[in-house]
Amino acid sequence: MDQAHLAEAVERYLKGEMDSQERHAFEEARKNNAELDQTVVEYQFFYDEMERYGKVRRFKSNLYDTHHTLQENGQIKDLHLPASARIMNMWTKYRRVVAVAASIAGITALLISGMISVFSPNRPIRDLEELRRKVSNLERQSSNQRAEINTVKSKIAPGTDVKFGGTSFLIDPKGYLLTSAHVLNGAKKVYVQSNDGIDYLAEIVHQDEASDLAILRINDEEFKSPRSLPYGISRTRTELAEPVFTLGYPKDEIVYNEGYLSAKSGLQGDTMSFQITIAANPGNSGGPVFNRNGEVIGILSTRQASANGVVFATKSKNIYSLINAIKEDDSSLHIKVKSTSAIRSTSRAEQVKKVQDHIYMVKVVLS
Amino acid sequence: MAISEQELGVFRAIGENDKRAIESVYSDNYGLIQHFVITNNGSEDDARDVFQEAMMVLYEKSRSPEFELTCQIRTYLYSVSRRLWLKKLQQARRIESHVEGLEKLVPVEEDLEEHDKLNAQYLTMRTAMGKIGEPCKSLIEAFYVHRKNMHEIASFFGYTNADNAKNQKYKCLMRLKKLFFAQYKHN
Repeated sequence: MDQAHLAEAVERYLKGEMDSQERHAFEEARKNNAELDQTVVEYQFFYDEMERYGKVRRFKSNLYDTHHTLQENGQIKDLHLPASARIMNMWTKYRRVVAVAASIAGITALLISGMISVFSPNRPIRDLEELRRKVSNLERQSSNQRAEINTVKSKIAPGTDVKFGGTSFLIDPKGYLLTSAHVLNGAKKVYVQSNDGIDYLAEIVHQDEASDLAILRINDEEFKSPRSLPYGISRTRTELAEPVFTLGYPKDEIVYNEGYLSAKSGLQGDTMSFQITIAANPGNSGGPVFNRNGEVIGILSTRQASANGVVFATKSKNIYSLINAIKEDDSSLHIKVKSTSAIRSTSRAEQVKKVQDHIYMVKVVLS
Repeated sequence: MAISEQELGVFRAIGENDKRAIESVYSDNYGLIQHFVITNNGSEDDARDVFQEAMMVLYEKSRSPEFELTCQIRTYLYSVSRRLWLKKLQQARRIESHVEGLEKLVPVEEDLEEHDKLNAQYLTMRTAMGKIGEPCKSLIEAFYVHRKNMHEIASFFGYTNADNAKNQKYKCLMRLKKLFFAQYKHN
């Protein structure tokens, strides 16, 4: 009996799925073979843990969903206490210490994930082209017209080598942005530029290669967080032929494009993404894909090099699993994402107008 | 104090991960815990974390054959939450010892010790799952977390038939088992 068959036999034995004859033979073999017996005991413990793990995960996800439902129904509301009712808030006093600790942890995590990506073999996908953009020099970056009118000086020191550009969008008004993980590969420093041409320094909070998603946080005193975001992040599945639109930065100003959902899975049946038919160019990576209700249903990541207009986007529900994973790893990070969209029944032009201020260009500095 | 049949029914349903029971306990008690955490230097997010961890303890107790519910669910959740929050405050050294709140309390120290143990085991498996890589992670999660059957899994992951998916599952499980025990000994 090889190992895989043994694993299967033990699971059937423990679940009581063997008939009496088979069961008898199995118990007999256990009695006569101490090594086998030891292995069965090990598996028993392992399977019990596995079952319990599954149950706890289901319970946790139920709690998470319930919280969201109650919040959307208005049964859970934020509690606003009058300032005088609060005891002196020591939190504010220690916030700095916590922030420093969190960023050290973040840097360590990045180093480790960087090492993993260096030492692990490359993914065998050759037909895909990542949609991040090479930016030739900084001059062009800051020549954004509106930036000149506002006479905003770029924060990026002249002569800095800005290498790659992508798109990102706010998922939490506190300054958390979502983008594609590959946009940030090799990043030493990250800046994001708003639609009106202002640069903000950002830091990488989390980068997940598997789903090709990453979360950035704007770390800049000048950043004024919006009161709320007009769009929500959809957690439901999407339908074939659904019309979609995107906004992104394939050039130095924001560009609108529309298309439709052409397949429910990505390249080679990848179920974490879906396929859309749309014109997308380098620089669109990390950009949101909206449906007609103005909900984010995906994040643009790659296009097929050998075909025209075939673009792949990561499904938006992966955002939720990513945030859950981050939350479990580091409970000091609180990213709040909503699923309802406030621009549900407005015209497309109106939707785009409301949405565009929350979409940022990502500029990656490699050295 | 006698606990009503209805209360016991809800308590048992929590252990079965019953959605309706969770929702009713959640909506009945969240406000109380939220108020307690926020009036004691916590944020909205702290309130949610504390409440959800207390729900987790309630779930464990409901599944434990030795535990008997001897107070209202509300009192139990409040006692657990209060203890959890106090511990967090102490860890963060945000406060000396004084917390405000006037609700009735029951002792929960032992329950929380047990909870810490169970949680450590859960984290061991989670760490092992985090190391196993794709497609193994999704495959195993599909089976043990999302309870998909082998046919669904085969079509979802693009295996030609259920048997192939099953073989793959056991290969993945063997790797996970190794990682799990390595992690287990490490702790």
